[in-house]
Amino acid sequence: MLRYIASRLLVLVPTVLGIVLLAFFLVRQLHGDAVEARSGERGITAEQLAERRHALGLDRPLYEQFGAYLGQLMQGDLGKSYVTQRPVIDEFLELFPATIELSIVAMIFAVVIGLPAGILAALTRGSVLDHGVMGAALAGYSMPIFWWAILLIVLFSNILGLTPVSGRLDVLYYIEPTTGFMLIDTLLSDEPESFWSALRHLILPSVVLGTIPLAVIARMTRSAMLEVLGEDYIRTARAKGLSPFRVVWVHALRNALIPVITVIGLQVGTLLAGAVLTETIFSWPGVGKWLIDAIGRRDFPAVQGGILLIAVTIIAVNLAVDLLYGLINPRIRHQK
Amino acid sequence: MNLRSGTLRTKARRLALATAAATTLLAGLGGPAFAAKTLVYCSEGSPENFNPQLNTTGTSFDAARPVYDRLVDFVPGTTQTRPGLAESWTVSEDGLTYEFKLRRGVKFHTSKTFTPTRDFNADDVLFSFNRMWKNDSPYHGVSGGAYDYFGDMGMNEMLKSIDKVDDYTVRFVLTAPNAPFIANLAMDFATILSAEYADAMLKAGTPEKVDQEPIGTGAFTFVQYQKDAIIRFKAFDAYWAGKPKLDNLVFAITTDASTRWAKLKAGECQVAPYPNPQDIEVMKATPGVVLMQQPGLNVGYLAFNTQKAPFDNKLVRQALSMAIDKAAIIKAVYGAAGQPAVNPIPPTIWSYNKDITDYPYDPEKAKALLAQAQVTLPLETDIWAMPVQRPYNPDAKKVAELIQADLAAVGFKAKIVTYEWGEYRKRCQNGEHQMCQLGWTGDNGDPDNFLYTLLGCDAARPGGGNLAKWCNKEFDDLVRKAQQVPDMAERTKLYEQAQVIFHEEAPWFVIAHSLVSEPVSDKVVNYKLSPLGSHEFKEVDLK
Amino acid sequence: MTTTTDSAGTGHHPSPLAAFWRDFRRNRGALGGLVFIVIVALAALLAPVVAPHLPDVQDRNAFLVPPVWVAGGDWRYILGTDDVGRDILSRIIWGARLSLSIGAIVVTLSLAIGVLLGLLAGFLGGLFDQGIMRLMDVLMALPSLLLAVAIVAVLGPSLANAMIAIAIVVLPHYVRLTRATVLTELAKDYVTASRIAGAGLWRMMVIVVLPNCLAPLIVQASLGFSSAILDAAALGFLGLGAQPPTPEWGTMLADAKKFVQSGQWWVVTFPGLAILLTVLAFNLLGDGLRDALDPKLKER
Repeated sequence: MLRYIASRLLVLVPTVLGIVLLAFFLVRQLHGDAVEARSGERGITAEQLAERRHALGLDRPLYEQFGAYLGQLMQGDLGKSYVTQRPVIDEFLELFPATIELSIVAMIFAVVIGLPAGILAALTRGSVLDHGVMGAALAGYSMPIFWWAILLIVLFSNILGLTPVSGRLDVLYYIEPTTGFMLIDTLLSDEPESFWSALRHLILPSVVLGTIPLAVIARMTRSAMLEVLGEDYIRTARAKGLSPFRVVWVHALRNALIPVITVIGLQVGTLLAGAVLTETIFSWPGVGKWLIDAIGRRDFPAVQGGILLIAVTIIAVNLAVDLLYGLINPRIRHQK
Repeated sequence: MNLRSGTLRTKARRLALATAAATTLLAGLGGPAFAAKTLVYCSEGSPENFNPQLNTTGTSFDAARPVYDRLVDFVPGTTQTRPGLAESWTVSEDGLTYEFKLRRGVKFHTSKTFTPTRDFNADDVLFSFNRMWKNDSPYHGVSGGAYDYFGDMGMNEMLKSIDKVDDYTVRFVLTAPNAPFIANLAMDFATILSAEYADAMLKAGTPEKVDQEPIGTGAFTFVQYQKDAIIRFKAFDAYWAGKPKLDNLVFAITTDASTRWAKLKAGECQVAPYPNPQDIEVMKATPGVVLMQQPGLNVGYLAFNTQKAPFDNKLVRQALSMAIDKAAIIKAVYGAAGQPAVNPIPPTIWSYNKDITDYPYDPEKAKALLAQAQVTLPLETDIWAMPVQRPYNPDAKKVAELIQADLAAVGFKAKIVTYEWGEYRKRCQNGEHQMCQLGWTGDNGDPDNFLYTLLGCDAARPGGGNLAKWCNKEFDDLVRKAQQVPDMAERTKLYEQAQVIFHEEAPWFVIAHSLVSEPVSDKVVNYKLSPLGSHEFKEVDLK
Repeated sequence: MTTTTDSAGTGHHPSPLAAFWRDFRRNRGALGGLVFIVIVALAALLAPVVAPHLPDVQDRNAFLVPPVWVAGGDWRYILGTDDVGRDILSRIIWGARLSLSIGAIVVTLSLAIGVLLGLLAGFLGGLFDQGIMRLMDVLMALPSLLLAVAIVAVLGPSLANAMIAIAIVVLPHYVRLTRATVLTELAKDYVTASRIAGAGLWRMMVIVVLPNCLAPLIVQASLGFSSAILDAAALGFLGLGAQPPTPEWGTMLADAKKFVQSGQWWVVTFPGLAILLTVLAFNLLGDGLRDALDPKLKER
């Protein structure tokens, strides 16, 4: 197993290097730079611009800049944001918990509804319920989530007034960030009732973000269940007179879950991509929105560092899912 | 991190919570309880840092302003100045020497990392200005070391020396007399920082903290900042002008205009700047909301590149000014948030020429003029639209679409062009456009700040701010002369005449002056819109 | 399911196309999707005839007219008008042209390049294979929308650049799919046989192996259509796709976002609905195609 993990990690080295390279050169192809993007109508003189670019090292040859950047990275330094002058890693870590929290809650929402819905559809195959669930799943899968978000905000926040419009917590609560996860921080604080406020703020964004994973999970669960229910050992179990409940919920589900877990793992990338849109619409202070803003502001260190950190996160999660899959289903490992 | 800072505060809050808990629980939503007066301001973005010396954006200035004072202060809601940290000042006869008497007993804020040992004095003034001015100041290079406003206002050339006469007297000597000098000192970049805090942070090896965890003498102390989420301030009990009426000031960072308005309606904030023009009519009719409005000190325009054919022909520029339906632009894009512009300066500025009447919307006359100018039609051209919302133009792309449709009717086939903001401005300043939209927000309310800066011959060079690349000798002479004449009445005449020439020559199609609008909860007392576009809360109260 | 295979096994063998059509027809959802797509395609094709107005004609006397069934509606503008008096129905119809072209162009682009790279990687193996696959790993490791935003930021915001960005982002799917199929096929006897018979590399790729990859590729492509439309709309929504006044649906939505709070719901609702229904139709079609073409992949 250890050797397997090591070999998997080794394969990742060129990938990570590739990402560093891609991010670095992509960023330097952007039109304009941070210095220009900052100045207003007044603009900036050519001399001032040259001076600033020199101070930032932007006038050096690309390979030199890249060498310096690699050297920095080796020491674990991602550089400082051009705009705020703060270390990129600090900004990222400050915002990342918000993205993770949103993603996790969205995933919980997707699994809690998607899994039972898929099982139900499989068990009632061909019924109205099955068609309804699958139709809804397909619609969810086809949803332009930025539009979906607008509809939900109008309905639940504006018309019904049930959910807050944006943000992570009612601003009148003063919570010191300890973990950065609002649900945990509120419970640790001296105002634990603010937990409910944090939760209410999470509802709409996580529903929006969870919609597509929910649809995928429901569809996947249904087909995995159908496949397993058709297998010989299930027929045998049924023939032996095991209770239908036991057959479905213990024997079938356990095996059907294997592909479903993989799919859940693979949805992490989708979630982070969706987070970009969701965070933008809900003014959610996460890394997706931050990165989009950074691209707009031509904040090179922030863009490079942010892309690298997000990519590494996704790679790590995918690896973890693969390994987990290998644990659940040893056949996979032997095949390799 | 101080997870539970101050048991006393906690206890007080628990008490307040207990009393208020019942009511909120009854309300069923479990919203937070608050006994203190807390004003929530839905700000439009995250600040770059908390040092106005380094910043150029209103967003960043607003975020630092509660913490700081300047030697001179603007009276809220006006462009008038009043004493701030300087109690009084004297000007020498030659107008070169300004001597400031500093206020005594002014306290700096205390934070987790810093406790001041002395009151504000001349050292703080010297430190603050030298940081921007002197390359050898140990802080000059900290946090990027770019002091744009200081440079843009000409301070580098204007200052000859700054000296400490005694602990409470500072002397500024200028290289030439300059009337707006005092007003400049009231601007945000002239903020006074704590020299003692700076020294402490330098010793601790974290000088950039000065710009991120600000210590000032202002009405509010900085409590917490979470990027893209929240900025928290607390009233400064020892504020020299008396403790502010609000107990807490919170900036809830909300980038989307519709969302800011929705939050205001829902009572999640009490002041929400920069609304969508589309929402303004609704705001007026919403109970519990007061819509504050004030003419903005700005102009939005479409500059014809007068160095390119056919825009080098006055007749063509006049024709196009008649071909564009300004009323439709106002109606569709500005709504109740703007007024059609006639002159290149807003009506709120002195010397605005009321006698000039705008070009009428008359496509037929426009066609006749174009025929007279012998322009071969149809003609391919471009309209540039900036990619960002600006105070003077809420939606440049939409304006471009409207103009595009109007110009098509007289035979101009225009393509809409846009670039990333910095790139856009640079290309327009280099004159790469045929027609470029841009605008201007005044810095100090002087006509010179518009007419010379935006239309003078100096600025018509490539890279200059005169986007029409228009250099008219007669106009230029008038505005140059007005710079040197001290008499206001005479200056007024010169500027009025310059506007007549501008109208005749039509280097711009002037679009609109925006009406600055801000919906405010009716619980807010004594909040004033600033003509300079700043947001200030030190004298604000809540009912 | 079982009945189909049975009937195919007994009696005469129908042609593959007929068998496919028979299987496909059975799936009502897929059929519905196909019908909807045909309608949208016709509307798009005949936009100049079908649409009541030109997409960019502004009626200066009819800003923000509500749909006909709402008080204040006007029969000239069935779904209402936007903030500069353009007919929303007409813009959606003209926008269908764009959305379908986006789907077609992105899929063609990514399919062509993806299949070529996949075939080469599979056949050549070695360093080339390693290089291509690591590059695909890099692309896969970034959230698709983020990568697309970065690419568009480099190329400049426009519809063409948005399509290029999306095609690049989805490339890995096609490359991996093709390569995997090639590797499977290469191990089979008939390939070895034709190799021994002296078939050239290109001949092998194009005539022998490619047809066997077709089924999964067609399925992937039809689903790629819907994701391309969605992604282009998302980029348009972020202001990075088609530029106004182009009646692209996502761009229309971005433009209409500001009316959410002021009650002009129709400006926001219809473009979104158009995206949803079109994408849904392509997904239904894709599902049907997969079931009919590739029973192995069924329900996956």
